[in-house]
Amino acid sequence: MKFSRLVGIAGLFLLAASLVACSESSGESVATDTTNAVAAETTIVEGFPVTVGDLTLESKPQRIISMSATATEMLFAIGAGDRVIAVDNFSNFPEETASLEKLDAYQPNVEAISELDPDLVIISYDPGNLVEQLTTLSVPVFTAGAVADLAGAYEQIEQLGALTGQLAEAVQVSSTMRSEIDAIAASITKADPPLTYFYELDPTPYTVTSNTFIGGVMAVLGLANIADGVEEGNDYPQLSAEVIMEKDPDIIFLADTKCCAQSAETVAARDGWAGLTAVTSGSIVALDDDIASRWGPRLVDLVRTVAEAITSVLAKS
Amino acid sequence: MTTPTVFAASRGSRAIWWVLGAVSVVVVGLLGLTLGPAGPTWWRVPLAVLDRLPLVSIDSGVTDAQWNIVWQIRAPRVVLAALVGAMLSLAGASYQGVFRNPLVDPYLLGVAAGAGLGATVAFAVNRDATATWPIDPVPLAAFVGGVIAVALTYTIGTAFGRSRSATTLVLAGVAVTSLATAVQTFVLQRNNDVVRQVYSWILGRLTSATWGDVRLVLPYIAVSAVILLMYRRVIDVMRVGDDEARTLGVNVNLVRIVVVLAATLGTSAAVAVSGLIGFVGIIVPHAVRLLMGSSNRIVLPLSMFVGAAFLIAADIPGRILTSPSETPIGIVTAFFGAPFFLFLLRMREVRQ
Repeated sequence: MKFSRLVGIAGLFLLAASLVACSESSGESVATDTTNAVAAETTIVEGFPVTVGDLTLESKPQRIISMSATATEMLFAIGAGDRVIAVDNFSNFPEETASLEKLDAYQPNVEAISELDPDLVIISYDPGNLVEQLTTLSVPVFTAGAVADLAGAYEQIEQLGALTGQLAEAVQVSSTMRSEIDAIAASITKADPPLTYFYELDPTPYTVTSNTFIGGVMAVLGLANIADGVEEGNDYPQLSAEVIMEKDPDIIFLADTKCCAQSAETVAARDGWAGLTAVTSGSIVALDDDIASRWGPRLVDLVRTVAEAITSVLAKS
Repeated sequence: MTTPTVFAASRGSRAIWWVLGAVSVVVVGLLGLTLGPAGPTWWRVPLAVLDRLPLVSIDSGVTDAQWNIVWQIRAPRVVLAALVGAMLSLAGASYQGVFRNPLVDPYLLGVAAGAGLGATVAFAVNRDATATWPIDPVPLAAFVGGVIAVALTYTIGTAFGRSRSATTLVLAGVAVTSLATAVQTFVLQRNNDVVRQVYSWILGRLTSATWGDVRLVLPYIAVSAVILLMYRRVIDVMRVGDDEARTLGVNVNLVRIVVVLAATLGTSAAVAVSGLIGFVGIIVPHAVRLLMGSSNRIVLPLSMFVGAAFLIAADIPGRILTSPSETPIGIVTAFFGAPFFLFLLRMREVRQ
């Protein structure tokens, strides 16, 4: 190959190296948000301007967009629902959301969002640069990510309260939640050894460990998860049916009743499952997919359903 | 394999195609800036763009907020679409020339699978911490993954004896692709809370394009493009076959490795920011060949223009048709690419 060509290529690589060095040192921050909670200090003083986490709002927002089904439930519960102008297409509770415009939270169209002229956008999941793009367009955006435990859920309600100027109502909602859940948890007899459960996310079956939010809630109620320790490091393992047979859980929770049409009958009809204790004693609890996957005010309903299941199982034995 | 040229191949008429190519990119780019679900009324946008030129002052009636949409949201998408489209088409055309196979695309030697694996690992490993880094690790991991996969392919493909034929390399690419895909599936199984993010990355999208992304890929694509264009005449010579090319003084193995390296550099960078956008790299060079004949001297540069215009145009329906949601661009290119591909095949048959 000609020598001049070699020199040309070498020179090009040098040029490229210098260009790359320059572009990276321009210090462009490409922070993408995670789905985990933003640990933030909630200001106790009501009134504006208010700062929650990285976000500072100058005045009370009048046009709120919620891109998270949980945030939607929280907003309506704390009395900010009349100022919500659009929600995501998974927000189906309460009924008032049916008439609102629906946006796509997983493939969001930034232009469409900005055209609605919101003064607060709440997301729980950033599919890529969404926060950065909205910030460029001067749209205030708050990330209300998936929480790790009950305390996180209570805190998030108060954060939304502070941001929307409904702090007093939010504190009321979260303390009511807290006291109700504590009361239900206290009223359950904690069996020793603890009752075991299997939490089904889908029929293949995927499940959760106690390291997840829902697993933590179950642990607070005194239940032991059969998926703990089965696959180290994986919080959403896919168990094999054999493992479930072997561990023979006392209760089976179905979180796939809406998405995948599962019920106590379909579970009993699965090959080999008919002999499980939970099936024969009728301890299969069908949960509402939506209630089981959100950490808003309806958590109380979830906890109540689980408590009733525990009580009835203990009564049978 | 020579397709008869449709238009007279005199020197003078060639120039008009470059002009047409450049003009089409500019026109489609302007269209990309103009069309969208929000922002200023469509006819105000060209006026606003003209207004921004030095020495020109036109009252376009566009507010600052609306201009922000055009310049901060749409413009990076259009520029990135142009860069990625040009790079994928050029890489595809180069591979088609160097491997003498009309069915290869720029993801041939395992770039797609390697980049996908890199992105999956970046999403899965300690996302809480890495999401706050100043440099987003996902494009970086995708880039590194793509390059390593091709390096592995090349090492395997040239390890056995002195044959070093194109076929061996392609087969090695198939093996590496399968391996990378298997590892990626395993990682996803263990971390299926990131499945949605990985899936949306794989589909390919320009929705999250920022000027930072453009700055990130520009050096790699520029270098890759220059090298590939420098080699276009040599790739033409290689069309007669490896042995014949050697007798004509071409160092076939060296040319192949340089072309693969350069194309991989550019393709990995493109994939790192835009995910796996299919069909562009294989369709566009063929479309250009249909119009201009098979000479790589012309096909390679012209593919860049046509590829850029094609991808900018493909990005537009994605953000308008299903508004307020977005359709991933990989779906749009396949939707329009597949029928067009069939049409191309039909035209070849009719000719022969």
